[in-house]
Amino acid sequence: MNRLARFSAILLAVLVGAVILVPMLAATDPLAIGDVLATRLVPPGASDRLGRFHLLGTDRFGRDLFVRMMLAGRISLAVGMAGSVLAGVVGTVVGAVAAWRGGAVDRIAMAISDALLSIPRLILLLLCAALWRPGAATVLAVLGATGWMGVARLVRGDVLGVRAQPYVSAAQALGASSRRVLWRHVVPNALGPAIVATTLGVGNAILLESGLSFLGLGIQPPAPSWGNMIAGGRDLIVTAPWVAIAPGLALIVTVLACTLLGDSLRDRLAGERPRDLAERA
Amino acid sequence: MLIWLVVTLTFVLVRLAPGDAAAILVSPTATPEDAARLRAELALDAPVVVQYAKWMGGLLRGDLGESFTQRRPVSAVLGEAIPVSLGLGLSSLLLTFVVGVAIGTLQAARRGTVVDTALTFATTAVYAAPSYWLALSLIAVFTYGATVWGLPAAFRLPAFGLRDPAGTEVGWAAVVDVVRHAILPVTVLAAVGAAGIARYARSTVADLAGAEWVRTARAKGLRSGVVYGRHVLANALPPLVVLLALSLPGVVAGSVFVESVFAWPGMGRVMVGAIASRDYPVVMGATVLYAALVILANLAADLALPLIDPRRDS
Repeated sequence: MNRLARFSAILLAVLVGAVILVPMLAATDPLAIGDVLATRLVPPGASDRLGRFHLLGTDRFGRDLFVRMMLAGRISLAVGMAGSVLAGVVGTVVGAVAAWRGGAVDRIAMAISDALLSIPRLILLLLCAALWRPGAATVLAVLGATGWMGVARLVRGDVLGVRAQPYVSAAQALGASSRRVLWRHVVPNALGPAIVATTLGVGNAILLESGLSFLGLGIQPPAPSWGNMIAGGRDLIVTAPWVAIAPGLALIVTVLACTLLGDSLRDRLAGERPRDLAERA
Repeated sequence: MLIWLVVTLTFVLVRLAPGDAAAILVSPTATPEDAARLRAELALDAPVVVQYAKWMGGLLRGDLGESFTQRRPVSAVLGEAIPVSLGLGLSSLLLTFVVGVAIGTLQAARRGTVVDTALTFATTAVYAAPSYWLALSLIAVFTYGATVWGLPAAFRLPAFGLRDPAGTEVGWAAVVDVVRHAILPVTVLAAVGAAGIARYARSTVADLAGAEWVRTARAKGLRSGVVYGRHVLANALPPLVVLLALSLPGVVAGSVFVESVFAWPGMGRVMVGAIASRDYPVVMGATVLYAALVILANLAADLALPLIDPRRDS
């Protein structure tokens, strides 16, 4: 692991620690609205009229932006990671089964995956997000439902390759059931690219979650997410830009760390392909 | 076949949505009878299979149906939005390519220097930034910043809409007005795209710059500019053009956010609005259009490759 990747890993660990601890230890409730007039729109690094210090200032309801941002980070990080893992798991299962079964199963699975791949992921997300009531669970399900195709293709290709290995025939000759051979012998050896894709997908999933929340289709206020915090600062951008800028910076740092970590993982396991880059909105 | 699958999947996805379109469309004071009448009028009470057959039939004739909310053909609604989005997408794509390749090449040529490290950091950071946040930041700089820091009046760029709301200019003045309105959105979209292209161009050019024939070219005494222009970039171009074609749909889809922030009347805004109001025909029409764009872009990449890379013939 190179220096940059190690730095990213430490940064992410610190972030995870901060988003868990800060809201627990904070003096103020990040959701409660108190004396709005005395506390609203305090600039970063200043104190409000009640004498409380706010590291990143306050929003229009006088809520501390730093504490809210950390609370939002919990949701954004959790949804991003879980969404990416969900997509990875679905993709692995579909790809492995398609390659193992072959025939009609394979053709149908790949046809659906091709069809879904030809709609830009963001548009697909918007379509699906409109299906259910917006919220964290919906975003999670939608991230899983729209992100599995790439992984499925990778795993399918690798399973087809691994299937020809002698140890697979050996396992079959020893009388292991087809299911056991697939999940115990084939899939674990075809997992490398899937893990890379999933890791690289975390940053993207966090971005997409924030995008949905920004458009009002994701996490709903008063629960904070980086996306809806930016949306909340949108009409204050001329008078109090920090309200929208701060959560965006948190988002960038997080996604940056995830990308750098994923990049170094990929450099060790596989080469870069143009399609990986193009998939990003 | 692929297009048929996309179209069917879109239909299924949209119809899975809970919530009655008619209930949202009728006025707040409407009675259940009014809603039923509207449902019959929009053919929403017909069996799903019949609706599907009707929609497919229309689609084959190039008819996308009629918008529920605007009561005019979907093709007219989208027809107004497409030029806006496509213009935005294509101009930023062009800028993306030029700026991205230039930055990537510069980095590769100055590999390992401070310039390279700084640019790597900058491109990776911009690449990680959500476009709507970049858009808001730019607005902050050019509105809030322009007044606070006392920038000259030319820097006070309009942040919203496609044209001046008064819209009195004609001829060249109108063009200038649109261009002034386009500067911020195009910059945001191009910045995100260029960051991605630059990352890729850097690694491609860096790989090629180490090749033996590049050393030969240098040994011949060619100037550095000629070596990069004629020998390295010419070989780096094919994969970059493929990447460019593949990223066109992403740029157009990415304009959902940019259009939303800058209040541009493009596809993205139409799509988001239609989803919110359950305007099924518009949502389905827009999705099919996006899918067609992806398929076309892939096709274009495949077709363009032999043209720019003589080594390939297919």
